[in-house]
Amino acid sequence: MTTLPPTFDRWFAQRGWTPHPHQQAMLARAHEPAVILIAPTGGGKTLAGFLPSLVELGDAPEPGLHTLYISPLKALAADMRRNLMTPIEEMGIAVRVEDRSGDTTQTRKKAQRADPPHILLTTPESLALLLSYEDAPRMFAGLKRVVVDELHALAESKRGDQLMLCLSRLSALCPGLQRVGLSATVEDPPALATFLAPYPAQCDIIEADPGPDPDISMLTTQTPPPWSGGGGRYAIREVLDAVARHKTTLIFHNTRAQAEIFFHELWLANEAALPIGIHHGSLALEQRKKVEAAMVASALRAVVCTGSLDLGLDWGDVDLVIQVGAPKNVKRLVQRIGRANHRYNAPSKALILPANRWEVIECHAAIEAVLAHDLDGDPRGPGPRDVLCQHILITACSGPFDATALFDEVTTAGPYADLSRAEFDACLDFVATGGYALRAYDRWQRLMQRADGLWQLRDPRLTQQVRMNIGTIIDTDTLKVRMKGRSGASAGKPLGEVEESFAASLVPGDTFLMGGKIVRFETLREMEVQVSRDRGRKPKLAVFSGTKFSTSTQLSERILDLLRRPRLPDLPHHTLDWIALQREVSQLPRAGRILVESFDHEDRPHTCIYGFAGKNAQQTLGLMVTRWMEDAGLGPLGFVATDYATLIWSVSHLDNPAKALDASGLRDGLDGWLAENALMKRSFKGAATIAGMITRNLPGKRSSGRQATFSADILYDTLRKYDPDHLLLSITRDEAMRGLIGFGRIDEMLARTGGLIDHVHPGRVTPFAAPLFLEVGKVPVEGTGVEALMRAEADRLMIEAGLA
Amino acid sequence: MKGYEFIFTGVKLTLLPSGALWWPDQKLLCVSDLHLGKSERLARNGGAILPPYETRDTLHRLQTDIETSGARTVVCLGDSFDDVEASENLPETEALWLARLMAGRRWVWIEGNHDPGPIEFAGTHLAELLRPPLYFRHIARVGASGEITGHFHPKAKLHVKGRTVSRPCMLFDGDRVIMPSYGTYTGGLWSDHSVLSRLMRPEAIAVLLGDPPQPIPMPR
Repeated sequence: MTTLPPTFDRWFAQRGWTPHPHQQAMLARAHEPAVILIAPTGGGKTLAGFLPSLVELGDAPEPGLHTLYISPLKALAADMRRNLMTPIEEMGIAVRVEDRSGDTTQTRKKAQRADPPHILLTTPESLALLLSYEDAPRMFAGLKRVVVDELHALAESKRGDQLMLCLSRLSALCPGLQRVGLSATVEDPPALATFLAPYPAQCDIIEADPGPDPDISMLTTQTPPPWSGGGGRYAIREVLDAVARHKTTLIFHNTRAQAEIFFHELWLANEAALPIGIHHGSLALEQRKKVEAAMVASALRAVVCTGSLDLGLDWGDVDLVIQVGAPKNVKRLVQRIGRANHRYNAPSKALILPANRWEVIECHAAIEAVLAHDLDGDPRGPGPRDVLCQHILITACSGPFDATALFDEVTTAGPYADLSRAEFDACLDFVATGGYALRAYDRWQRLMQRADGLWQLRDPRLTQQVRMNIGTIIDTDTLKVRMKGRSGASAGKPLGEVEESFAASLVPGDTFLMGGKIVRFETLREMEVQVSRDRGRKPKLAVFSGTKFSTSTQLSERILDLLRRPRLPDLPHHTLDWIALQREVSQLPRAGRILVESFDHEDRPHTCIYGFAGKNAQQTLGLMVTRWMEDAGLGPLGFVATDYATLIWSVSHLDNPAKALDASGLRDGLDGWLAENALMKRSFKGAATIAGMITRNLPGKRSSGRQATFSADILYDTLRKYDPDHLLLSITRDEAMRGLIGFGRIDEMLARTGGLIDHVHPGRVTPFAAPLFLEVGKVPVEGTGVEALMRAEADRLMIEAGLA
Repeated sequence: MKGYEFIFTGVKLTLLPSGALWWPDQKLLCVSDLHLGKSERLARNGGAILPPYETRDTLHRLQTDIETSGARTVVCLGDSFDDVEASENLPETEALWLARLMAGRRWVWIEGNHDPGPIEFAGTHLAELLRPPLYFRHIARVGASGEITGHFHPKAKLHVKGRTVSRPCMLFDGDRVIMPSYGTYTGGLWSDHSVLSRLMRPEAIAVLLGDPPQPIPMPR
């Protein structure tokens, strides 16, 4: 076992600390190929990750890169540098630490490549970019360790898959490289180990003492929550009171728009003028930095925030976390709760505020799950091939490569361990020639095979375009928002960003919320939204992109289970009343049966199917049932799915849901129907962008949705018609099946219920169906229904205008 | 021919579901902005690399329209090729296909801003074509009358009960017709763009492509 050198012993002693057992365990396993440390926030996780590096580097380290630290957030890298500098400076060891991200200046980035620090803190995208340079082997020569922070968060997305491919590249450049993963909340540690470890190496998992259970409860309010809606505005008073009773409170929201509204309402009610800030991903960097600095200086009593603070900046004395709206996912809730109280052995304190009565049930189920340590999460399936295509292109930028060597390397990455050579070759072929479709066009070939068998870029100028398009995050097109005016303190001040589609809907004089301020839209100029200050008018609601997550299937099951208990748990009386009303006007879902409600809303027939199969499966169910309805001539117009139900609207009534829900009938022709669906086109756009068929950024040009001269939809339709076996279509199908999983779950649901359906006609929108009308992500059905509506509307307009 | 029939400066015309314009008295078929070879030009200029099927797709629709109408004259209203080089680089199968379509009928290539020079293909190359009372040219001129043009690729939106349907469209009023783009990988300009709003009279109609095409008051 590695023991602490005297310098470190003295430092711990000076501080009156002893190393945690898990910190010592990390030292003991410093030479393992891969180790994962699972420890709660505040458990000294970061120091545990870095301790072996610091010990190895010693008092007078040799120059050269020793440890790479990777975090999903660039802010985290900068924050980590500050934290790491404290022990380094106090111990007086000559270790150089630097960070590198999209915000780092070009000069410094160049200097880092020429003379790298001992420890470099960076993001997955910046690492991919570094690996695309020809001098990558020189820069990474001698690298010993890679520390991946927030591993669980990365493992949920394509960013993680890309990172693992980059690590496979690094391991090839630096044999013997050790990988360390740090994580706070993990539902399936062995799966995470397979993800991180270089296949087929083993990976040790060290679990630190999780500390005491959190002190978590539902925020009870004077006013009952509304029947639907997601803002939690009804509880402004109680939230302000809670803020006043604590030192620092984080108020989490699930969407940026909700955070904006809530923040605005908080200020209107904030008679004591408590200093409260707002932080979310659509706000300008300057704004966010200001809030972060104020937070660290303990100048704020509360921060209204979103997923942008899910991950761990260490922010002073947070002693309360309030989650507004149903947490949707137990793991994320635990993560957020962990942001309160960074002292290791004291419980974190959290309040959950349900935004509507449905969410009261969900919040209750979530609290039960947290206390039962029942975390949720879906297995992710094999690494996506669009990410592999990008990786091949990045590899080619750094220099000629051998296909077999690259294949061997790629299959050491956990997510790609099962990749077949044929699949790899298809990706290589697509990158090299565009695949079968583009092969005929000589000049379109991006890679060429040299006489010695190595592959290289045909045109070295391509490197610039590849580097500009690295990454797997598909941004919605956004426009910057700035204060208008040439003079004055606020002139030209950046406020943040809004989605391009939202900006396009604005007319001068419209007002909207941005950073809690009401601003007035003036003009759209040089791709920037110019606004002025405006007070006291009712603002429009800005549409922000950002993470929209759905309730985990595990949590859905808990909710259904709760509803079926013979005695409902101890819920607030208003929610019990609401459930009673549902029972009265319709009924509650019963075990072994599917509840279907038919009612009219705004003169349009609606059907609500309560499958409790999770959002993805309910969405697939929506696709299947609307297809059946289209064939039956019922004119389906669209549907929306939540974790517990699917709501369909149509021209005619669905009178016989049992037929529409017939398992064998549903499957017929599903492939063709899926292929034409809007959901597939969304997946295609992402895959085509990541794989490099659609280019986001071209040197010297800003490409935006507005300026794009062709649409991904048309591309998709054309490929389907002329090249149905194209690699990108195959990737899209995989992706859609993964996203729209649920064939299995739907089959299981139908088998379990054996076609037994409770079909009710309540004659009105039911209490349980109401929230579905406010769901985002409505899926339009392109069929005879919408065509008929369109023609009727067009005729009406012609007559109204006197043109017909 | 099935489509949207209308009278323009005393001439009976039909907009076909595909976006082609049919003049039955002259057996004349007019299509605009084919942008053949667009994917090839983009790739050549270092742009996006797109599958090269748009030329085939466009020719396929053109063939169907020519066969069902029995056109004696075909007028391509400019920007038929994405640039002059794209016309030279057209793959052999597609070049032959185009030649087959041209055989046995009068074929007029109007110059567009993308393909201003003469191209390799046979047929008549003109800056504009006069067939009284109609003028065929690529870009609309302010003050002109009886004019049939393309260039802008107009498209329009219709809001229907919380949904937005957007389609390529033809714009027309008493003075001019602006054709939709016929090519596959071509974007469009919303009809409420100031350029189009200024060009068209207040009572202008937008005919949304579809089967059959659907007229609406031009959204502006």
